[in-house]
Amino acid sequence: MPAVVKKFSPKTLGHSLRAGVSACAVALLLVSCQGADTPATSSTSSPATNKIAEPAGLASPQRLRLMSAEQYTNTLAGIFGPDLKFDTRFPPLVRTDGLLGNGASSAGVSEAQLEQYQRTASLVAAEVTNPTHRTFLIPCQPADETAADAACASKFLGSVGRLLYRHPLPQDQLAPLVKDAGEVATRFKDFYSGISYVLEGMLMSPEMLLIAEVAEPDAKTPGGQQLAAYSLATRLSLFLWNAGPDSRLLDAAEHGELKTPEGRARVVDMMLASPRLEAGVRAFFDDMFGFDDFATLSKDPETYPFFTGATAADAREQTLRTVVDHVINQNADYRDLFTTRKTFMSTALAPVYGVPTGTGWTPYEFPADSPRVGLLSQVSFLAVHSHPGRSSPTRRGKALREILLCQIVPRPPANVDFSAVENPKSTIKTQRERVAAHLTNPVCAGCHKITDPIGLALENFDGAGRFRTTERGEAIDASGSLDGHEFKDAVGLAKALYDAPQLTSCLVERTASYGLGGSLSDQTKPLLPYLSQRFASEGYRFKSLLRDIALSTAFSEVAKGGTEVRAALNSSTPSANK
Amino acid sequence: MDFLPRRRVLKGMLNGTAVTVGLPLLNCFLNSNGNAYADGTPLPVRYGTWFWGLGMASKIFVPKKFGAGFDLPEEISALAPVRDKINLLTNFTAFRDTYQNLCHYTGWVIQMSGSTPQSANDKPGESIDITIANEISRKTRFKTLTATATGDVRTTYSYENQTTPTTPEWSPTQFYTRVFGPEFQDPNAAEFTPNPRAMVRKSVLSGVMDDIKRVEARVGAEDRARVDQYMTGLRHLEKQLDQQLTKPDPRAACKPVKAPKEDGAMGGAAEMVSARHRLMTDLMVMSVACDQTRVFNMAYAAASSNTVKPGYEKPHHTCTHEEPVDETLGYQPNASWFTRKAMEEWAYYVEAFSKCQEGAGTLLDNVLIHGFTDHGYARVHSLDGMPIFTAGRAGGKLKTGLHIDGGGSPATRLGFTAMRVTGLDVKEWGTKSNNTSKEISEILV
Repeated sequence: MPAVVKKFSPKTLGHSLRAGVSACAVALLLVSCQGADTPATSSTSSPATNKIAEPAGLASPQRLRLMSAEQYTNTLAGIFGPDLKFDTRFPPLVRTDGLLGNGASSAGVSEAQLEQYQRTASLVAAEVTNPTHRTFLIPCQPADETAADAACASKFLGSVGRLLYRHPLPQDQLAPLVKDAGEVATRFKDFYSGISYVLEGMLMSPEMLLIAEVAEPDAKTPGGQQLAAYSLATRLSLFLWNAGPDSRLLDAAEHGELKTPEGRARVVDMMLASPRLEAGVRAFFDDMFGFDDFATLSKDPETYPFFTGATAADAREQTLRTVVDHVINQNADYRDLFTTRKTFMSTALAPVYGVPTGTGWTPYEFPADSPRVGLLSQVSFLAVHSHPGRSSPTRRGKALREILLCQIVPRPPANVDFSAVENPKSTIKTQRERVAAHLTNPVCAGCHKITDPIGLALENFDGAGRFRTTERGEAIDASGSLDGHEFKDAVGLAKALYDAPQLTSCLVERTASYGLGGSLSDQTKPLLPYLSQRFASEGYRFKSLLRDIALSTAFSEVAKGGTEVRAALNSSTPSANK
Repeated sequence: MDFLPRRRVLKGMLNGTAVTVGLPLLNCFLNSNGNAYADGTPLPVRYGTWFWGLGMASKIFVPKKFGAGFDLPEEISALAPVRDKINLLTNFTAFRDTYQNLCHYTGWVIQMSGSTPQSANDKPGESIDITIANEISRKTRFKTLTATATGDVRTTYSYENQTTPTTPEWSPTQFYTRVFGPEFQDPNAAEFTPNPRAMVRKSVLSGVMDDIKRVEARVGAEDRARVDQYMTGLRHLEKQLDQQLTKPDPRAACKPVKAPKEDGAMGGAAEMVSARHRLMTDLMVMSVACDQTRVFNMAYAAASSNTVKPGYEKPHHTCTHEEPVDETLGYQPNASWFTRKAMEEWAYYVEAFSKCQEGAGTLLDNVLIHGFTDHGYARVHSLDGMPIFTAGRAGGKLKTGLHIDGGGSPATRLGFTAMRVTGLDVKEWGTKSNNTSKEISEILV
């Protein structure tokens, strides 16, 4: 590789190999549940300051993260293209501070997981080296397919290794791989067997699956530490693309482009312009919205016979399409997601919404007088946060507070007397009457008054998300309130949510921790007011928020107390192969 | 037949060389009583857990009679076929001490880890199944096998440590592939062919292990344990590869098992959960019979179970809280319907082990299955009056067919008993009020 700094450009992005190669909050909230009407928030509100500048001296923890199944899949799709067929059912991460992604920074690896990694690695390696794929995925042909070929093996393993391990492989790391490939090729009289087995090993290596960040001294800050270039490239890539860095991003790391403010901004802007941003944005909102719950969502077939697995899958997809179109394609105000009538419709969803549609996914806009407005009135929110056979104002209100406002609604106390909410055989017909019982018991009322008035505004939608005006023959009263703002239906709730300052500060908090690779430390929390203020000044454009986080000092500076610098993996390390 | 070696180590035999060894099948490796191997080695004792959510209603669950021949109140009437193969232990307590009763969490964490969680984020440390597996299941292909019938990969009560829950098998077809797929070696096959890929994989794996050092050099002390854990996993793979090069001991109880055609509908309806539970159970039984593991976990339902009764609007958990007690019956009829379904599945689970012949008896004779739940009376989240089951005779170390009154003593006593029965040299288990050094002696032979 010539020592020329290649600038990022949209055209250079893409498949690298294929084309190129080659408790405190809870305590606060309990007080709130028992007293005030407004729950505590776990985030810091944005202060009204005139000057928008990132606080000095912020640094994020140096992380060891476990690669998620989606990151693994996206990384391999980036290297080998999207056509490979393999099973990546890695165990889920543990949701931490609102995000599964945060769990990656503390997750351990069990023996059963290693078995799964090996199974997946074996399938991927076999796919890459089969006669269908190898002709275009392996950038050279061996002189003799029945024998070892060190030059071709080195070229392939070096280039793939750089992308899988997110840094160039030094000679002392590449040479044993080439040697192993040669021995296996000789043993089986098949060059591609050698490649396959070695690739399998690389795909289950801790170098691939454990993302261990490397720090180095920061010349600009005496005593400070910053992420080494490849680690910064990786953090950026996981944040914005939910995948390992591609070849161009690694080039930028190698040539020092990420170490200058201008170069880093140029790289980040190009990443934000890349088609791969969609995968990153999808992953973030899928995580933040708790869509892993879709994996087990099922409705009582007797109550909702039309609600099938396809309905659930499309409900998830509908919301993600809406979000991606809104925040990426339209670059629109995040708050408008909760008031927009624009969405996408599929054949499986049309019966639930009671609208006509064509085949496949088509853009759809609800009429101006429709009760459907924003994400809260989509099936994904309404159905997931309901019971199998009926709606649940409490679940919906709790979800809105916890997912969208970053507030914590405490669990019911263990000794609560449920007799007040038992269904009498009787005459109770609507959910409003049912949950009113919560308010008769002071122990229940404290928390239910911060959840139920929200959820009751969505009572015009049943447990599967269908619109209705009556429940068991009784007209539905969909009035409700959110932190003092009263409204008469879901449209009013959407407007109140739009105006809630926690709606945007919550997104800032979740996005920041997602980008910084784990729960926010005390050292990084002062970043939030700055980001919130910037977010507001940019008209609540999500891409601007991503950019501000990616370019913040806290993103690249790491706190002391981490490991010592390992020079071998810094950008100055000569690479064995690229 | 004694001249035949117990194991034929065939390391180094590659390239698919078929090796025909005059392997005698079935019981001829056992002694004349069928209760030990011919060389006197006893049949292994295995340990398993079985979980159901949301406890029971004592009025219709707890038998009036204690000891042998106990009665079967209506909520456990499904246990009639297995009554004499199990023990029912009632009136045990999970002590929360000074900590909050974390609904549907505190109860099972205490029973699996011996300690009370301080918060919902306080995950169990090493759970008892892992502690026992580290003692008795290190040499089998899998240290543990864990499955759930809920279809939810998050349903697990087994933890390697606080940050590493044991991921359950949630798909019957995947469970089959993992255990009985291409890597499975039938221990009773007349012909043994060493897997030529195994030696190659082992060689490549040593290079992967070298990568551990590179990663380790980059992480701080607080993360080093996680890297070490990765290394442990790689060693586990290495051991599995060694086993593929080694002729396994014959296992008389091991019979071919058919692959499930499909996973079935993945919903939470009770009949779907039951169907999945039975598929999983059959695979688990044969996994144990084929000595693929000696420690196994099955969750029929989750704590806070979301199992659905067709036509009934609320799932099990909500039902336990919101359904009124029927004045005539004296209990919650729909909540009890869910518990009865669970008991039907517990009976199926026990019977499945008892139908598998092993030596002169059955597989059940050589296991201890520890059945537990999260609450006594879920309606009020009670941690007292808790029911526990055992099934199996643990190689003749346990009596069965008894109903025992725990007298409010710690539920951890069963865990302690299980550790002692499976050979762990422990003098006590649990912390604070859950600490115990007292076995449930009534069930010991």
